[in-house]
Amino acid sequence: MRIQARNIKKRFGHFQALDGVSFDSGDNRLIGLLGPSGGGKTTLLRILAGLETPDEGDILFDGRRVNDVPPQKREIGFVFQSYALFRHMSVFDNIAFGLTVQKRSKAEIRERVEYLLDLTGLKGLEKRLPHQLSGGQKQRVAFARALAPEPKLLLLDEPFAAIDAKVRKELRKWLKAMINEVGITTIFVTHDQEEAVEVADEIIIVSQGHIEQQGTPIDIYLRPRTPFVASFMGETHFIADISGLKGFAQLGRGFKAAIRPEFVEIGKKGELPVQVAETGVVRQVVFRGKDWHVEVQVGENLIAGYRPVDADPLKPGEEVLVLIRKLHVIDENRCATVDNLGLVAMNAV
Amino acid sequence: MAGYVTHLPSSADAAERPAHLNESSAVRRLLIGIALLFVGLVLVLPLLTVIVEALERGFKVYLASITEKDARSAIRLTLLVAAISVPLNTIFGICAAWAIAKFNFRGKNLLITLIDLPFSVSPVIAGLIFVLLFGAQGWLGPWLQAHDIKIVFALPGIVLATLFVTFPFVARELIPVMQAQGNEEEEAAATMGAGGWRIFWKITVPNVKWGILYGVILCNARAMGEFGAVSVVSGHIRGQTNTMPLHVEILYNEYQFTAAFAVASLLALLALITLAVKSFMEWKQRSAAAAAEQGGVHLAHPGTEH
Repeated sequence: MRIQARNIKKRFGHFQALDGVSFDSGDNRLIGLLGPSGGGKTTLLRILAGLETPDEGDILFDGRRVNDVPPQKREIGFVFQSYALFRHMSVFDNIAFGLTVQKRSKAEIRERVEYLLDLTGLKGLEKRLPHQLSGGQKQRVAFARALAPEPKLLLLDEPFAAIDAKVRKELRKWLKAMINEVGITTIFVTHDQEEAVEVADEIIIVSQGHIEQQGTPIDIYLRPRTPFVASFMGETHFIADISGLKGFAQLGRGFKAAIRPEFVEIGKKGELPVQVAETGVVRQVVFRGKDWHVEVQVGENLIAGYRPVDADPLKPGEEVLVLIRKLHVIDENRCATVDNLGLVAMNAV
Repeated sequence: MAGYVTHLPSSADAAERPAHLNESSAVRRLLIGIALLFVGLVLVLPLLTVIVEALERGFKVYLASITEKDARSAIRLTLLVAAISVPLNTIFGICAAWAIAKFNFRGKNLLITLIDLPFSVSPVIAGLIFVLLFGAQGWLGPWLQAHDIKIVFALPGIVLATLFVTFPFVARELIPVMQAQGNEEEEAAATMGAGGWRIFWKITVPNVKWGILYGVILCNARAMGEFGAVSVVSGHIRGQTNTMPLHVEILYNEYQFTAAFAVASLLALLALITLAVKSFMEWKQRSAAAAAEQGGVHLAHPGTEH
């Protein structure tokens, strides 16, 4: 189902939770609403579900305006952060609830619940009460319960937040596979960028009540369009002025930039072409498990980069070469990705 | 207001405290002694007196005193008043608790304060309010007389006074429970297509049923035992507007001590039954919670974990 939001505004007292949010899901199946806590993601999700009413703006499901459609009639499934399982009902009755509402026959309900128990790996737990389940199991029940009435849109609010890190990774894969199997449009909220990148087909970055950027995970990662996105996705270091840097000087004076360590190479003399690389002094070297994280003082700027574990180790105080292959130039509220032109020219020869 | 303090954690903790953290045995004995003495003097002794006095002239006289015509009428009236006011206050209590716990609206804090009003107002004043409103000299008195409607010194007045006095019990019991549970289960049910009526009966009520029962029990005990407010509005007409507590007073003032204590013993019995039911429910709730914990322990086995 295609979901559109047009200029959604929502205020709670003095707090502007959403300030003119518009997006179009297109035909994408799995959409992640990503952003820091308190940025309005959950409010947007609840507006899509009909649990909150927007002060302004329209919500369209497949082109039909649903602002005045109550949650009961929106054909959605909603998974709450806390799961909100019906505490006095067994797993079976929880999953069957939406089907009983639809007045389906006993046999049909049993069949569908059995199917979902199978799909979610909950076989054998159908008689348990919610408090007798682990976090991961509760999550699965909430998921099965939301899917049972065959909704057209699945909404998940921080689906993995309450689960410990190890189980979370497994559940992510499981959820993605499951949604692909069921074939349902899904929008989920998360503050964890790793989770969004791994699970979503498309990411919408929400901050302070508005949308910063929408795109595929790789697109958002490689081409952040605002300084906020550049700093929120991955690790970034900001430098005040790029005009002195080799390969970027022709962009002009006074631009700030964000640099990601994965686009920075650090090497000893002779390891990197000196025409396009800066010279600096190593400040700090930290072993990060799979590579070295090195911070180098280049003029007034501190630039960080990775160095492979098997390369010659560097020591603080050592003079090194720093090759910036790519950076994100910032002009007020916009951001553009620029390659090291010196390097481009060299490679072209 | 016993309902607020009775959710005691299961005991045993105190006994298991290491000796060096405990008070000396002399202090302990003194404290326990004072508590027991006090309970004995103030609670047990009067209760025993009621029973002894009631049976002083034998069981036959006892039985006769509680089956006598006026006594039967008083019992009937008391049961009738409770049968009307308890359901009404239960419905009101659920509505008020629902509104306070689930919605935000102007005047919410005022409503919460007002619900407690009957606890802070003397029951006699509660009764007087209705006399001043509906009595012959009251604001609405002439109009009521003109339309031949009797409220004060009749059943409606007694019911109104009882309603006023027992107003807070169910609501007070439910508000914290509902606030703690929040809205999400109801919202989840709504996204699955359930309407308001179904959500209320299938989700909300089962989640607060213990709170409701508890409130109803306390409300009922107070409704049957209320003296002050009812005394002001009832008019003490024998066989017509006398409830059990009023009947006890009349008998006593007429020096019919055995009969007075016999009827009083019925009220005391009611109190004991209420306490028993309440303890039973607390025990059931606790054992349910304990069973839940047992279920939780199961999860520790690696086999059942996903």
